[in-house]
Amino acid sequence: MEAAVIIAFTLVPENHDLRDFSYFVAQGAARFFSGKIRPMKLNLALAQIETKLGDVEANLAKHLEYIERAKAGRADLLVFPELSLTGYVLQDLVASVAHKPNDDDPVFKPLLKASKDLDLVVGFVDEDSRHRFFIASAYLSGGRLIHVHHKVYLPTYGLFDEGRFFAWGDSIRAFDTRFGRVGMLICEDFWHASPPYLLWLDGADIMLFSSASPGRGLNDREKLESARWVERVNKAYASMFTAFVTHTNRVGYEDGLHFWGGSTVFDPNGEELSHGPYNVEAVTFTQLDLNQLRRTRARLPLLRDERTSLVQKELNRILSRG
Amino acid sequence: MVDLNLSINTDLAREILTGFIRSEITRVGMSRAILNLSGGLDSALSCALAVEALGAENVVALRLPYRASSPDSLAHAQLLIDQLGIEGKTIDITPMVDPLIELEPGMSNVRRGNIMARARMIVLYDQSEVFKALPVGTSNKTEILLGYSTIFGDSASAINPIGDLYKTQVRQLSRSMDIPAPIIDKPPSADLWEDQTDEKELGFTYDEVDKLLYLLVDQRYSPREAVEAGFEAKFVNTVITRVRRSQFKRMQPPIAKVSNRTVGYDFLYLRDWGT
Repeated sequence: MEAAVIIAFTLVPENHDLRDFSYFVAQGAARFFSGKIRPMKLNLALAQIETKLGDVEANLAKHLEYIERAKAGRADLLVFPELSLTGYVLQDLVASVAHKPNDDDPVFKPLLKASKDLDLVVGFVDEDSRHRFFIASAYLSGGRLIHVHHKVYLPTYGLFDEGRFFAWGDSIRAFDTRFGRVGMLICEDFWHASPPYLLWLDGADIMLFSSASPGRGLNDREKLESARWVERVNKAYASMFTAFVTHTNRVGYEDGLHFWGGSTVFDPNGEELSHGPYNVEAVTFTQLDLNQLRRTRARLPLLRDERTSLVQKELNRILSRG
Repeated sequence: MVDLNLSINTDLAREILTGFIRSEITRVGMSRAILNLSGGLDSALSCALAVEALGAENVVALRLPYRASSPDSLAHAQLLIDQLGIEGKTIDITPMVDPLIELEPGMSNVRRGNIMARARMIVLYDQSEVFKALPVGTSNKTEILLGYSTIFGDSASAINPIGDLYKTQVRQLSRSMDIPAPIIDKPPSADLWEDQTDEKELGFTYDEVDKLLYLLVDQRYSPREAVEAGFEAKFVNTVITRVRRSQFKRMQPPIAKVSNRTVGYDFLYLRDWGT
């Protein structure tokens, strides 16, 4: 056991504070036993695709096609948009397009198999054992389901009606991958500041956001208001949390709604590393240098200095005011 | 008056609107668009967008004059057909319309105009079958909000690329797409009777009403805030009343609900379902 500890220590990524013992146990030891070393470069691919509304079979075929393209581009991780297997404005189609992310499911079986070659994030409708339906993202790796995120904020205003058709997710958790600790959020989740903040405190150094964002707010500016807003907050989260923030947004049309694409990757300095095209299908490849986390945080120790007890104390006070 | 800028990024508008036309037509297995070209600006813009989306060979323009129509309307429609290099077809609606109008002498302009608009709708949908083409709409946001159209007439279409653009934005986009100047410069008119113009009939200009509608609808101003922003209270009330009274033109007819699941209320699917 002593030997194991020593070896595991050497496997802790250099960008992590070794005094954080919980991290050591969770990460270093797990990685030691799995025999894998965390790579310091992540070849990321963001797939901004069109989908067929309610036609899961056709959308699965497109996923498999894009997986081949990502593999050809030597991607380690391929991220699809929100509800990429189903389409977005599902309304009464919700129950008929729901799937369970396991090997018995005809849609997830080939995706899980594909995840032996590269990690995948796919968007789908998740049905729990009590038949509640969630807007969900699944992280698949090495043939296994690593994590499922249920959308926690369902916009039900303006042009949106998600709360009418879906159950609200009730947890926000970071999770471990072979590239480090990751968090996933879906569209409206990151229009609120608290979910990215919680992921940050839960250890996420890479935040994978996905959307089916309808374009709106055409004026005389270069971009739609909705695109400007999303890009602004993505850049802000990357800057404030000194983390990688990626956004994969779908393209295409559903009735009169137009989805604008424009996938982005921001690094821990808040700098834009890549930007996919607007309005057309594309795979955007970006290499993330994970050592940037260490360099940025050595310069700008926002994570170190974050006063979570103060936040908790003030939140308790605010929430207890009847 | 509050400073209002309704101008749009025309490159971005073209990209989104042509993408919409292409997507909505091709996803149902079709490749062609058809529309009624009145000689006015709205249909000219819809037509030019359809051509940019689908190619000139996939767009058919109908000219549907009535005997009292302005000759300029026909000429201006032809100007655009020639410029875009698309197929045009002309069908005189007089023999369809006059027998109905003659049944009741002294029929009002409004009734006669509605009959013409609905006759044109019948021809549009009939020709859409001939050409295997989807009818593309030509109503802009201003006239949709004001209800300035004939229900089941000129408001009828399969898809509408310009229905979220105010008239002043239609003008701006039309300029950027090189719509012929005579079409852009002439006073907007439904051309249903002699000397009819939109602005005379409505009692205000598009420039004025577009700004007001933009505040009330897009920016969610209250009537009082619109007055504080510099609009006359009477004008604000007139416009709000028009918008409210014409709501029926913007909706499917309500169905009386008796079952557990009723079209329109709890049988909810997009039109693009399965495509």
